[in-house]
Amino acid sequence: MKPPPFDYHRPATLGEALDVLAEAGPGGKVLAGGQSLIPLLNMRLAAPARVVDVNRVPGLDGIEAGPSGVRVGALARHAAVERSPGAAAAQPLLRQALRLVAHPVIRNRGTVVGSLVHADPAAEMPAVLALLGGAVRLASLDGEREVPAAEFFTGPMESAARPGELAVSAFFPALPARSGTAFHEVARRHGDYAVAGVAAAVTLDDDLRISAARVACVSVGPVPVVADVTAVCGPRPAASVAWDAVAAAVRDLVEPEGDIHATADYRRHLTGVLAVRALRDAASAAHGEES
Amino acid sequence: MTTRLFGEPVQRREDPRLITGRGRYLDDLGAGALAAAFVRSPHAHARILDVDVSDALDVDGLVAIYTWEDLPGALAEPLPLLIPHPALTHGRTAYPLAREIVRHVGEPVVMVVARDRYLAEDACALIRVGYEVLKPVVGLEEAAGGAHLVHDDVPGNIGAHLVQEVPGPGGETAREAVDAAPHRLEFRLDVERSACTPLEGKGVYARWDADDASLRVYSSTQTSTSVRMAIAAKLGLPLPKVEVVAPDVGGGFGVKIVHPWPEEILVPWAARLLNRELKWTEDRREHFVSSSHERGQVQHVRVGFDDDGRLLGLEVEILHDHGAYTPYGIIVPIITSTQLLGPYKVGAYRVEFSSVYTNTVQVTPYRGAGRPQGVFCMERTMDKIAAYLGRDRTEVRAANFVQPDEFPYDQGLTFQDGRPLIYDSGDYPEALRMLKELIGWDSFPEEKARAAAEGRRIGIGVGCYVEGTGVGPYEGGHVQITSDGRVHVSTGLTSQGQGHETVFAQIAATELGVPIERVSVVTGDTRRFGYAVGTFASRAAVMSGNAIALACRKVREKALRIAAEALEADPRDLEITDGMVHVAGAPSASIPLATVAVLSNPLRYAFDEEAKRATQFAGPASDDRPPVAEGEEPGLEGRDYYSPVRSTFAAGMHAAIVETDPDTAEIRILRYAVVHDCGRLINPMIVEGQIHGGVAQGVGGALYEKMVYDEHGQLLNASFMDFLMPYATEIPRIETAHLETPSPLNPLGIKGAGEAGVIPVSAVLAAAIEDAEGIPIDRMPISPSDLHTLRRSR
Ligand SMILES: Cc1cc2nc3c(=O)[nH]c(=O)nc-3n(C[C@H](O)[C@H](O)[C@H](O)COP(=O)(O)OP(=O)(O)OC[C@H]3O[C@@H](n4cnc5c(N)ncnc54)[C@H](O)[C@@H]3O)c2cc1C
Repeated sequence: MKPPPFDYHRPATLGEALDVLAEAGPGGKVLAGGQSLIPLLNMRLAAPARVVDVNRVPGLDGIEAGPSGVRVGALARHAAVERSPGAAAAQPLLRQALRLVAHPVIRNRGTVVGSLVHADPAAEMPAVLALLGGAVRLASLDGEREVPAAEFFTGPMESAARPGELAVSAFFPALPARSGTAFHEVARRHGDYAVAGVAAAVTLDDDLRISAARVACVSVGPVPVVADVTAVCGPRPAASVAWDAVAAAVRDLVEPEGDIHATADYRRHLTGVLAVRALRDAASAAHGEES
Repeated sequence: MTTRLFGEPVQRREDPRLITGRGRYLDDLGAGALAAAFVRSPHAHARILDVDVSDALDVDGLVAIYTWEDLPGALAEPLPLLIPHPALTHGRTAYPLAREIVRHVGEPVVMVVARDRYLAEDACALIRVGYEVLKPVVGLEEAAGGAHLVHDDVPGNIGAHLVQEVPGPGGETAREAVDAAPHRLEFRLDVERSACTPLEGKGVYARWDADDASLRVYSSTQTSTSVRMAIAAKLGLPLPKVEVVAPDVGGGFGVKIVHPWPEEILVPWAARLLNRELKWTEDRREHFVSSSHERGQVQHVRVGFDDDGRLLGLEVEILHDHGAYTPYGIIVPIITSTQLLGPYKVGAYRVEFSSVYTNTVQVTPYRGAGRPQGVFCMERTMDKIAAYLGRDRTEVRAANFVQPDEFPYDQGLTFQDGRPLIYDSGDYPEALRMLKELIGWDSFPEEKARAAAEGRRIGIGVGCYVEGTGVGPYEGGHVQITSDGRVHVSTGLTSQGQGHETVFAQIAATELGVPIERVSVVTGDTRRFGYAVGTFASRAAVMSGNAIALACRKVREKALRIAAEALEADPRDLEITDGMVHVAGAPSASIPLATVAVLSNPLRYAFDEEAKRATQFAGPASDDRPPVAEGEEPGLEGRDYYSPVRSTFAAGMHAAIVETDPDTAEIRILRYAVVHDCGRLINPMIVEGQIHGGVAQGVGGALYEKMVYDEHGQLLNASFMDFLMPYATEIPRIETAHLETPSPLNPLGIKGAGEAGVIPVSAVLAAAIEDAEGIPIDRMPISPSDLHTLRRSR
């Protein structure tokens, strides 16, 4: 469990980082928090020729919260975003989700953007970005481009980031007024990747009926599975939604696989249960915001 | 400062060192040593065709590459079969490096030595081993079917087959008793594989001293004395030229009692050959695929009982999976077969096991060592009887208990030490009474009804066990008081975090009447104590604890003899308090133990003020006696051994309340209660710590951990990401109560406590989940996904 040989780079500026990444091409790997990359190296599941440690690059650790949403820089740690009052106010789902990501010590090092690029279909933050319709900003020597969530996650552990590109930030949009969010998951142990999990966002209309309801499900497909369930939920007050029908609708949308921790049938069942729990909590959060 | 420390909750003296990072574990040693790494088989069963090392030779820093062909003499022979047994007719062990055939994924094939571990692994990755893949045998029933063989010369894959029978009170066989009983049940139970998974894996560091022609080996082992003998024998070295030290060891739980591991002889051999310091530190993946596993069994039960749930006859057939090799014999299924009986009288009993080979990692004892499976079997049986008769589960158990006035109680079987299974003492009805009170057994039905009214499902379960602890053959202790008043205690068995430095010091301080601060304890260092067996079977406190007490008594007697002369008193009138020998009731007539130590060693040369007292012109010694009297030895030290006639039997009962989520099938332990009887307690805090750790491992085995092999014999979850050892967050608060029925077998009246906590947990949690769900739970571990499947198939 020692990595194969690689060249280690620790650029001091963004420009330098992009130079090294361009030169390295497909053989280059960005090192951010290292909580996923280092285990992959140690188990010799990844063998990059060059590891580009961006931890000394200044200006990448920003967390900018505003009325339109939250922009999270590449070096903003899970823990920093989790604790940021501004981020929590602008987009409460960030904190709700981050509490479910790994353990405190891992959140102290791991980065939100790293988690997006890593694109584990069981991870929370890709589901959050997908649910909210956020985007990732990628930089290279050719300039910057903004990739929307719907195009960013391309497969299990695969994202749209190309060789030579550094993800410099991600943007998590805020939701309209009278909206609420929630994240529910079942993990085998505290802090483990979820067996199944659902992030939900609900918006109410002036009469407090559900006018928009969306879920993003983890661990039930190659990428986060986003479903719009507005039609099954609304336009009704949360108390009179046929939740069993909602659960059934979500179950029909996912195509989980079985593995050593859970059967496909259990994952599908669980996704329905968790979708209802998350949607109901999101609806009451939306109510709470109203009162 | 009190010297009466036996029985006190003294804080663990090793903890400040261990929890502030000052522990010295194997990998903390030998910073400049060369590193070894191994090419291990990627196949469960294959013939080795060739080994091509040419690419690896380019690795800068490569020192050596070895295969089986390179091994000389005894090193080229199969590893020892440590515990032979007449029923183990087809015992097989591996070669240190595979010879022709590999029989499980992870079996070592090539050893690489390089400047550091990184380079050694780089070289490993470049070595190409050609294999002809053979049909793997995976799964107990498939193996027992015998369609394909793990070892060509072991028909049916059966390594051992053993039947033990005890007739009923009227001489009836178990079969007859079951057939004639008013009620009968028949069922099948399954327990899956798990493993010890100590946080520190194995490791070996060897230093050859060419000038002295001697070898020093550090190993993360549970038995340094026996590793030493194995190394001397395998390398052809004189025993006095080999020293083995167990440094701080980060957990063992059984896996490190197996020895010699291939690495334990290969590393010293190569260190000597290369005349270089050499170290191997096992990594996590290696530990999963090349150490040991345990637990996997299938059990078929037939039981006959009367209207009160009293057992009349019990027949158990066990299929035991021992993996690819049997270096530790058949200790595990023997323990399952015998300890299955627990605190009960079962009428006529027949137990039969077949221990079978599979192309998986070998099976050797893991904390509990076959008992968790046996207790699962018996306690599930008790619950099924209670359910069948519609009786309270604790009543059925109580109806079968061995009674307090029936000790010593002979179960009529042969135990793992080859001695009769005779329980020495216990009070099972009292333990059950205490447990029911602790958990609130009698008021639980109301609690359950209240929960049900809120849409919640809760259930309660109970489980009882008896554990044979402190098996022989012996351990020894050495105690020396030096002229500075310090007390040096050593024993040959090893420590893996149990708190031996504390409890052995408590025993010595109490026996000698010295402050504990003056006592230091060394374990597992053959330079200090050469004769020992090792740490396993909950034996350290019983064996070394008693040996150290006996050694202390020798020293005390000698100290009193010398002090009596100096004080011109009768030794029978003397006492030792706070390190001072004094006349009882007259503290002014006293002499420090330090001075007694000086006087015990007649000197010619004075090297300090104290020593002057013992020189030839210092005192009025009598002219007609030799300075060292006949039958005496210089120095204030003593050595003694404790060797029991047979094991002593600890017992305990656990109860748990669980909640199952009606929607997600998640299982949560709401309460966990333990009543524990390990005879006299040396240190209740340490015993509780042992129980907590044991219960935690039990929860792991019941709800989280299993070894998932696919049909090709690949272990699918060989990492802590997928092998779900529970975190602290998964372990409930554990409520404990102690009962003390002293053992009549040893001077201190103690029984073992190390393994106890883990033993009944699977049985208890299965019972509680069954109670919550109303679905029979016959297979452990159980995950939420499993529970969901059970609900679906109801
Ligand atoms: C025990 C454990 C439990 C965990 N549990 C969870 C969990 O429950 N949920 C969860 O979501 N995660 C979990 N994680 C993963 C953790 O959240 C990681 O921190 C995260 O997935 C990756 O972030 P990182 O900064 O550590 O990335 P790194 O490990 O540094 O990198 C991961 C990958 O992303 C690439 N990368 C990183 N940053 C950039 C960038 N700015 N631009 C381009 N490429 C980049 C790297 O090249 C690499 O391929 C767990 C990790 C551990 C060790």
